Amino acid sequence: MKILIKGGTVVDPSAGTLRELDVLVEDERVIKVEAGITARGATVLDTAGMLVSPGLIDMHVHLREPGYEYKETIATGTAAAVRGGFTAVAAMPNTNPVADTRAVIEYVKKQASVAANARVYPVGAVTRGLEGNELAEMGEMREAGAVAFSNDGRPVVSAGVMRRAMQYARMFGTPIISHCEDDTLVDGGMMNEGLTASVLGLKGIPAAAEEVMVARDLLLAEAIGCALHVAHVSTAGSVRLIREAKRRGVPVTAEVTPHHFVLTEEAIAGYDTNAKVNPPLRSKADVQAVLEGLADGTIDVIASDHAPHADYEKAVEFDKAPFGLLGLETTLGLVFTYIVEPGVLSAPQALARLTVNPARVLGLAEPAINPGAMADITVIDPNHEAQVNPDRFLSKSRNTPFGGFWLRGQPVATIVAGKIFKFDQEGR
Amino acid sequence: MSIKHLLGLQHLSVNTITQILDTAGPMKQIISRNLKKVPTLRGKAVATVFYEPSTRTRMSFELAAKYLSADTVGLAAASSSVVKGETLIDTARTVAAMGADVIVLRHPMAGAAELMTRYTDVHIVNAGDGMHEHPTQALLDMFTILELKNTISGLKVAILGDILHSRVARSNLWGLTKLGAEVHVAGPPTLLPVGLQQLGAHVHDCPEAALEGADVVIALRLQLERQRQGLIPSLREYTRLYGLNAERLALARDDAVVLHPGPMNRGVEITADVADGSRSLIAEQVTNGVAVRMACLYLLTVGDGGREDIN
Repeated sequence: MKILIKGGTVVDPSAGTLRELDVLVEDERVIKVEAGITARGATVLDTAGMLVSPGLIDMHVHLREPGYEYKETIATGTAAAVRGGFTAVAAMPNTNPVADTRAVIEYVKKQASVAANARVYPVGAVTRGLEGNELAEMGEMREAGAVAFSNDGRPVVSAGVMRRAMQYARMFGTPIISHCEDDTLVDGGMMNEGLTASVLGLKGIPAAAEEVMVARDLLLAEAIGCALHVAHVSTAGSVRLIREAKRRGVPVTAEVTPHHFVLTEEAIAGYDTNAKVNPPLRSKADVQAVLEGLADGTIDVIASDHAPHADYEKAVEFDKAPFGLLGLETTLGLVFTYIVEPGVLSAPQALARLTVNPARVLGLAEPAINPGAMADITVIDPNHEAQVNPDRFLSKSRNTPFGGFWLRGQPVATIVAGKIFKFDQEGR
Repeated sequence: MSIKHLLGLQHLSVNTITQILDTAGPMKQIISRNLKKVPTLRGKAVATVFYEPSTRTRMSFELAAKYLSADTVGLAAASSSVVKGETLIDTARTVAAMGADVIVLRHPMAGAAELMTRYTDVHIVNAGDGMHEHPTQALLDMFTILELKNTISGLKVAILGDILHSRVARSNLWGLTKLGAEVHVAGPPTLLPVGLQQLGAHVHDCPEAALEGADVVIALRLQLERQRQGLIPSLREYTRLYGLNAERLALARDDAVVLHPGPMNRGVEITADVADGSRSLIAEQVTNGVAVRMACLYLLTVGDGGREDIN
């Protein structure tokens, strides 16, 4: 089967260039990238005025399976991914059972291949059961396909355990993805410490809760030489610490989520539990700092931290609601509306943070649209504006604070290994 | 009154606050009568739903409703379906479905009352939600101050103690500043919320600065578990540094008055001689609490139309 992607602008995120070229896909590979291709019998995708990008990778996603299938399954989560323009996601291990053994990693991969939507790269736990005590079997998980290790959602409390985890992970060349929050400083907090929390009467989480652990993990990574990836950076202090560490040559990369560069703590006024997330939405100054971090390359990756929860879990007192919000089906629009449109980054630069940069962090093949490359492609209409309507999400859950937002820049088609998923303007 | 619910003083206009305080005056006269009952809310049902222990607030609301001839029913969370895992929203819907016109909610978590308003049609009165607001307490404090001082505008009000966890302090800060008072708060740095300056409060970590020249002093209850939580070294040191005693009170104006939302820890945040002294309005606050709650229930359910009924 052939697909001819005709009339669009091909993005090369590595080189930062845009070129008007046609792309011919046969079966699961790109076979030709030239101007003015004609191909008899090919399905033609008219992409005039659109961007043709290497497939987007969301390196921070919670698919909830096994164990929490009422929130999301690998099938629904990867359908949401494809709908959001992502050809691949990295799935966090805080499932039940925890992805801390080869068996669970293999199960995740199997369910992903049955679903046959986006690719799924499993992330294994750093410690058994996410308990933060004994190391998980990283070598076995690595063999089974784990691309990184993380205790996301349950940060490794002990510096000693984290140090050993880094020593051990280093031999595989596999990064440790650190969710940096010191639980003694979070101390039951519900949102960013500040005026909004004081007014709402919600317990605050100081910026230092994140920064203390960022600093710790940077020092450990520097001493050991293990690749460290700091998940969902949310504070100005973290950006500064990572910037300084990169200058010293520490092997560190970092990501930011759309909600941390679009929203502030004020989104919680009215006790919107869909804006309750870990780390919390921060201040305007923090948003400014993460945008600067994105612009100057301190922050390498944009990832959604897609964290589905059922409606009834969020329709409770703010203190009782679980942390987390959806991201897969809003990330691309938020990136184009809040990063590309105001000129924080150009479209190719922004797409690098959703393609080649996460691929480098995870040690995946370089995403590119070249003859011979895997046909993982995202077609984006940068000018189409659409309103976020959670009722149309393919995710099983609806917990987004972005309902009603008008976002310019929408995925039009997602191609995974030559299999095409197309969307009309109303949503599938 | 133009509002449907009473959730806090943050979003109340000066006019609405004044209207409630003005209405509380005639309500207080009803309480002082031999026959304490008017038919104003006959046929209305008020449900008190309390997820936290409370003596005075709950009794105060129930008596307020009864003096106005409303039917009252109380739900204490510990003996209800809540222990069987019923959610707050389901509880609200259940109480509403039985025909309650007003739910008076006390809850340990901030935002609980606001959550109820999104899922039911009945009037919701916040009787304290976590560290957020306790509007009727602040209203009764303001009514009590007004009775003695005739005005709030221009007064210096000192609020002492655990500001961080205090919904009373927050509601008073909103209400008193709206009516033109100068509010000073003082407490240990570990018990001061960040950002209050931006709301117009003067924030001190030493009580003397707040007390100097004050017209009104509000001492807050110190929850005894704050020491176990590591927020203060000991009750003894807290009392020594922050307790309201006669010596500290002498820094305030000679005609300064003392309030406390209760229940008091005598000898911790306030000494017995100050609590029972001539400048203490603590007993008066309790009476006024009933009057202010009568005013709130009346204005929410009947509104301006039937004002003459209450006389």
